[in-house]
Amino acid sequence: MRGSMFQVGGSKLGRSGTWHPELGTRNSPTKGSRMRNTFLALLIVGVVGVWLRPAVGVGLEEQTQLLAAELRCPVCQNLSVGDSPSEMANQMRELVREKLKNGESPEQIRAYFVSRYGEWILLAPKRQGFNWVAWLLPFGAILGGVGVIGFVVRRSVSRSRAPGDAQLPPLDPRYASRLQAELKEWGQ
Amino acid sequence: MATWKKLIVPIAITPILLLLAYGFKTNPRQVPSPLVGNSAPPFALSSFDGGTTGLEQLRGTAIVLNFWASWCFPACFEEAPALEAAWRAYKDRGVMVIGVDIQDREADAKAFIERFKLSFPNGPDPQGRMSIDYGVYGVPETFFINREGKIHYKHVGALTKQMLQGKIEEML
Amino acid sequence: MISTLGRFTLALALGIAIYGAIVSILGARRRKPALIESGRGAVFAVFGLATFAVLLMEAALVGRDFSIQYVARNGSLGTPLLYTVIAMWGALEGSILLWIWILALMSLLAVVMEGKRNREAIPYATAVLLSISAFFLFLAAFPANPFTAIFPPPADGRGPNPLLQNHPLMAIHPPCLYAGYVGWSVPYAFAMAALMTGRLGEEWIRTVRRWSIVAWGFLTVGVILGGWWSYEVLGWGGYWAWDPVENASLLPWLTGTAFLHSIMIQERRKMLKVWNLALIITTFALTIFGTFLTRSGILSSVHAFSESTIGPLFLAFIGVILLVSFGFLAYRSDGLKAEGDLDSLVSRETAFLMNNLLLLGFAFAVFLGTLFPLISEAVRGVKVSVGEPFFNKVNVPIGLVLIFLMAIGPLIAWRRASLESLRRNFSLPLLLAFLGTGVSSILGVRGLYPLLAFSLAMFAAATVIQEFARGVRARRQISGEGYLTALSNLTRRSRRRYGGLIVHLGVVLVVIGITASTVFRLEKEVSLKRGESMHLGRYQVRFDDLTAWQEAHRFVVQGTFTVLNANRQVAEMRPAKRFYPSEQQPIGTVDVRSTPREDLYLILSSFTQDGASATLKVLIRPLVMWIWIGGAVMALGALVAIWPDRRVLAAEPVKERVAWQPGRS
Repeated sequence: MRGSMFQVGGSKLGRSGTWHPELGTRNSPTKGSRMRNTFLALLIVGVVGVWLRPAVGVGLEEQTQLLAAELRCPVCQNLSVGDSPSEMANQMRELVREKLKNGESPEQIRAYFVSRYGEWILLAPKRQGFNWVAWLLPFGAILGGVGVIGFVVRRSVSRSRAPGDAQLPPLDPRYASRLQAELKEWGQ
Repeated sequence: MATWKKLIVPIAITPILLLLAYGFKTNPRQVPSPLVGNSAPPFALSSFDGGTTGLEQLRGTAIVLNFWASWCFPACFEEAPALEAAWRAYKDRGVMVIGVDIQDREADAKAFIERFKLSFPNGPDPQGRMSIDYGVYGVPETFFINREGKIHYKHVGALTKQMLQGKIEEML
Repeated sequence: MISTLGRFTLALALGIAIYGAIVSILGARRRKPALIESGRGAVFAVFGLATFAVLLMEAALVGRDFSIQYVARNGSLGTPLLYTVIAMWGALEGSILLWIWILALMSLLAVVMEGKRNREAIPYATAVLLSISAFFLFLAAFPANPFTAIFPPPADGRGPNPLLQNHPLMAIHPPCLYAGYVGWSVPYAFAMAALMTGRLGEEWIRTVRRWSIVAWGFLTVGVILGGWWSYEVLGWGGYWAWDPVENASLLPWLTGTAFLHSIMIQERRKMLKVWNLALIITTFALTIFGTFLTRSGILSSVHAFSESTIGPLFLAFIGVILLVSFGFLAYRSDGLKAEGDLDSLVSRETAFLMNNLLLLGFAFAVFLGTLFPLISEAVRGVKVSVGEPFFNKVNVPIGLVLIFLMAIGPLIAWRRASLESLRRNFSLPLLLAFLGTGVSSILGVRGLYPLLAFSLAMFAAATVIQEFARGVRARRQISGEGYLTALSNLTRRSRRRYGGLIVHLGVVLVVIGITASTVFRLEKEVSLKRGESMHLGRYQVRFDDLTAWQEAHRFVVQGTFTVLNANRQVAEMRPAKRFYPSEQQPIGTVDVRSTPREDLYLILSSFTQDGASATLKVLIRPLVMWIWIGGAVMALGALVAIWPDRRVLAAEPVKERVAWQPGRS
């Protein structure tokens, strides 16, 4: 049995008239505006969140930490140069700090390490060429999945409706006219 | 279920299994160096006994540049005699053997040199600048630099006498 | 003597396991109860033999019997008793023995507890469980035998890896994690049984879900304990490094969580049967995959046991499992069609489908990132690293959407959610979420992701609290009970729902802990002379002393630091470095002062020989404790969800609807 089209036992329905589960209400200023306000509020939060970005530390220490977090400690397992307690990582951190002090840009420093150790020294694959597969494939898969779910659900929903409609017997004309009269009474 | 749907899974799984099988042949701990075939980074090393050596001074000589540490057991201990032997055999033929001691204490390093009676120049790399410059990630590592100053070969791990001989001969 | 006895025990167990598997299948297909009984007996026998083998190994370890190679490598005269006992699972062979024992135990419990309720499925499930046992027993009996003898026996053993004797956590993390891994064997066995019998009814769902929650609970605790171990023992200041083996433990957790949600759709709407079976198979395969990664030498990891020859065997096992199971599934799929349809796009069913998609998307990102170094090497010949920066950038957005779904899921009705019901349900939690956002930004949270994380976490928490509050209010209206009684009765009557909500609350705590400890993290590394102080955040840390002493199995250098807050002494902390004879580098021991508000974390980086100065790294990480508390809450929720209800058990007759009948074969 599908959900009933009309809800009994809610005076709210009386005020706002009939509604379709998916299209929403047609004339219910209270409900509609509440939804709109909610979305507006969400939008504001989003904008505020983006605007209130954390102040990126321009200090030497912060810059060193940021860069060190991107480099892989060669003697550890999967740790960054920033995190690793090993002596080699200490030395690399010192070198990064010194290079930054000498005015080298983060990109130059990264390039230096790559020229000595290979791409492996970067803790995240550089966004170029084949490496894009790693960065984009998960999102692509999820978006594809959303599409698939949308399609499958829609098909399932329409399957659940179609035979149902066909199976409903045609409405008795006496009831049909009474229905119309009552609908008019409820203001729709 | 349509036939193609039934085949999705085997078709998806097979490349993954093959990839993992391929993984058996690779060694995750061995990282090829981008420096091989390129010019060796310049260095200036002050040795334990007071002298200094630099890449510039050694142009025209083939160099065996060995990175070691006194706590690197057993590999450095195994290769130290081989290095000393190679030095004695080739020093008059335009070959230089240099040892760089990294992440170590001077006293321990000197004891190590004493123990193996190493007569080729050895110096410390106190802040690791030289080892980072050479992309060193462990000990021992050895670079074979030819007479033109290009890195001919990099070896990770202990060297045997045969390997040393072979690589040095290649450079001469 | 122990060596011979041990090897014989394992070989015998292997034989019985194979026998039991064959006999169970034969008994089921030819309908011979005697054979089925025999198979059941095999399960008991394997457990008995496995227990005996474990006891033998412990006897050898505690007795310091160095004639056995495993003891010589992992035990020593100087190792304390606790670490000697837990050295049983410290290395490859012993860990396989532990796996075998836990699997034997779970198989036994499954057979005993589910035997009556699942008469037709049990022989098949038994056969599958014994086959899995047989594989691990084969590994233990041949390539990775823990009872291999060594001659001549050395005078002293090497001792366990120092990292494994630094902290008592080593006693619980592996067994818990293994229980989580092995636990999934039981749902898998029943899934295979369903494919073989064609019966996929309500009892089957109940059984599979029950065991899945048990496995999931152990896996959750195991993963959280792993994070705790990384934090306290590895001592680098973090709890998760996206190390390949950490990732491998997360993968079955993600797919298992997806399954626990989508199985509810099957229960209510009789849809997604094939999908759920596929999820169980995948989850089980991923548990073996994790074990495989540590023992194959394919990826470098903190956990790598040793490069051994059993890697290819594991790979073959995984390949067989996947191809056979999915092959079976495809073959029987025609009889597993959905018996219903969805009613509306806006419904909890759709929300659960999105939940599945995102959890699997998350898992896919982790899987791809973990294997990408290998893929890159295969395709380009270039080695790349995939670590924290990648995983954070890719996984955090997915995680945030998941928390959003977690928040709205319980508020959306099954079948069809009317706008009316949505409005009624969402208003209060949304309001609290906005309040939370406001509070967070006032407290100094900046950046879109952290703000979203806090808001969504509060949204989810508000949802949970609202559900409980409504339920309690409704009960009190009817029965007039006190609040606590109402709460307890409410939970008892609908354990799954409220247990699930408690789990969601636990997740919220973990998310808040992770976000706060990352966003508000402070760190500083400074060299100090004796008497000198440094400051970070609210604290001043003064270097007082450096002491050193020799213990039975190690040499310890310890720094004493006094921690002050506004000139009032708060603590004395003692990070240290421990030098083990078998290791070239010392193992650091950090000192952490945990309060509900924040953790103060001290690492002794280095020191001068004369003890005059030391380099200290100080970290302040807020709300870390709530990650562990959240984990405990999640486990509690799982416990609530599966706690057997005596009333329900008695009243409910075994209802089974046959979805598909196997033809005569």
